[in-house]
Amino acid sequence: MVSDYLEFEQPIAELEAKINELRRVESDNEMQLGDEISKLEAKSRALTETIYKDLSAWQVAQIARHSRRPYTLDYVRKLFTDFEELHGDRAYSDDAAIICGIAKFEGRSVAIIGHQKGRNTKENLKRNFGMPRPEGYRKALRIMEMAEKFQMPIVTFIDTPGAYPGVGAEERGQAQAIAHNLYRMAELKTPIICNVIGEGGSGGALAIGVGDHLSMLSYSTYSVISPEGCASILWKNADKAEDAAETLGITSDRLFELNLVDEVIKEPISGAHRDLETTSENMRASLSENISRLTKMNVQDLLEARFERLTSYGIFKD
Amino acid sequence: MSWLEKLMPSQIRTDSTSKRKVPEGLWDKCPSCSAVLYGAELERNLQVCPKCDHHLRISARSRVRYFLDEDEQVEIGEELEPKDFLKFKDSKKYKDRLSAAVKSTGEKDALIVSHGKLKGMPVVVAAFEFSFMGGSMGSVVGERFLMGVKKSIAESVPFVCFSTSGGARMQEALMSLMQMAKTSAALTRLSEQRLPFISVLTDPTMGGVSASFAMLGDVHIAEPNALIGFAGPRVIQQTVRETLPEGFQRSEFLLEHGAIDMIVERKELRDRIHNLLHILTDRVV
Repeated sequence: MVSDYLEFEQPIAELEAKINELRRVESDNEMQLGDEISKLEAKSRALTETIYKDLSAWQVAQIARHSRRPYTLDYVRKLFTDFEELHGDRAYSDDAAIICGIAKFEGRSVAIIGHQKGRNTKENLKRNFGMPRPEGYRKALRIMEMAEKFQMPIVTFIDTPGAYPGVGAEERGQAQAIAHNLYRMAELKTPIICNVIGEGGSGGALAIGVGDHLSMLSYSTYSVISPEGCASILWKNADKAEDAAETLGITSDRLFELNLVDEVIKEPISGAHRDLETTSENMRASLSENISRLTKMNVQDLLEARFERLTSYGIFKD
Repeated sequence: MSWLEKLMPSQIRTDSTSKRKVPEGLWDKCPSCSAVLYGAELERNLQVCPKCDHHLRISARSRVRYFLDEDEQVEIGEELEPKDFLKFKDSKKYKDRLSAAVKSTGEKDALIVSHGKLKGMPVVVAAFEFSFMGGSMGSVVGERFLMGVKKSIAESVPFVCFSTSGGARMQEALMSLMQMAKTSAALTRLSEQRLPFISVLTDPTMGGVSASFAMLGDVHIAEPNALIGFAGPRVIQQTVRETLPEGFQRSEFLLEHGAIDMIVERKELRDRIHNLLHILTDRVV
């Protein structure tokens, strides 16, 4: 069995293994080990809390990329009803690295856009590890423009290592596709709510990340470049990814402090993949509040506030 | 070699040792055909090799000087300076990289913006300084771009941007990514006023700059043989593990694939852009 535990979680894994072993012994031998087991369980919880209280940025990046981390479709199933997936950019193809569709959220029609990674090799080949090509961004824009037309709020889920660096992607205008989304999302006449649920990988993330409200799940990351990429360019050594992660400040708390994200949505300790139920309830509460707040705004005010927000980014001496 | 030179594929690196074997300004060597050129002649030819037509990289100041009429130029946002708000330190401190860039270029950051005239027609022009940390876009670049667009709107004049940049500035982390959103948003307001934006892509225009305002022009013009794209050729090579096609990500390749409107030689830029702007702005309201 492949362990779900990350390297820094090994002490927890060992405790949990012990607990499982005791349970097995208990049932095999009809012994009373309940006290011992609950003692260990308490210890495991305390240990988890201690480890998770003081995670490094690099450790958070590992959680954000966990192979069992909930992806866009997991949240779609939990939070929305009547979902209809919509396919294709109407020009070239359908990019499975981005999911688009329409659905109901608490009775209200919404459009959903999100990166989608795969759970196994076969799925990942189809989904290209969640790295979109231009047609993915163009499909996303098509659906966003439809949302504007039918006055539906747009909810996006961000989870990508980045836009795909391939020959075909360049030939078909990766840069233009991303740029055009940034431009159109700045002016679309409907609320846009963006949520980083895993990896926020640079321009490939931002291309569905411009809007009125930007939230991050607590163990997600958002960065201008991957820690590995940054390390190999600036440190000239990919092994310095851990240092790069820390320096880049890719975690939700640091980005919230810098006023780059508007909200951190709490994940249960030990990460969303261990408790999708709680995570999606927290997500639901946030979406519910922001959708109702933003849909109440008059469109001119909404766009003015969005423009002010977008153009206020930057720290410099003047 | 600086981090950015490392980042660039070898064929677009300018070899600083061979470039200046002779006293500066007197003789120069074409980085493409290696012809030895008389400095004054090269300057007269707008830093384009008279032997092979190679367009050398030029400073932001030269760019503005070549483009605008001599009189009445007013710089915009020159008071802004970068700030090391993350205390970013890799193998070097961001602060030290900034000081070194200021010293070598005489600029405070990688973009200058100027309000002036093009053959008598008032315009706002922005130009990147590639020698300033690879023309990377951080907070100052984003803010000056925004100020330039606002000036265009206030004066009701067209906006022209000459890009040459490796992309977003890593030392400003996510704040630099957000400059992509900021500059793109700014252009929506320019459009609302029906003011033209001409994007001129020069060697090289990559990453966060190409994936934002540089690809949002009403007209896209590239200088010959400029490297233009989203991902760098080396990253793509490592990903796809096959030889990249001949001329990949060069201006001619982009023209063929429909990403740009035209390739224009440096000496023609003034006339061609003036003509475009003349047509686009000369309308019956």
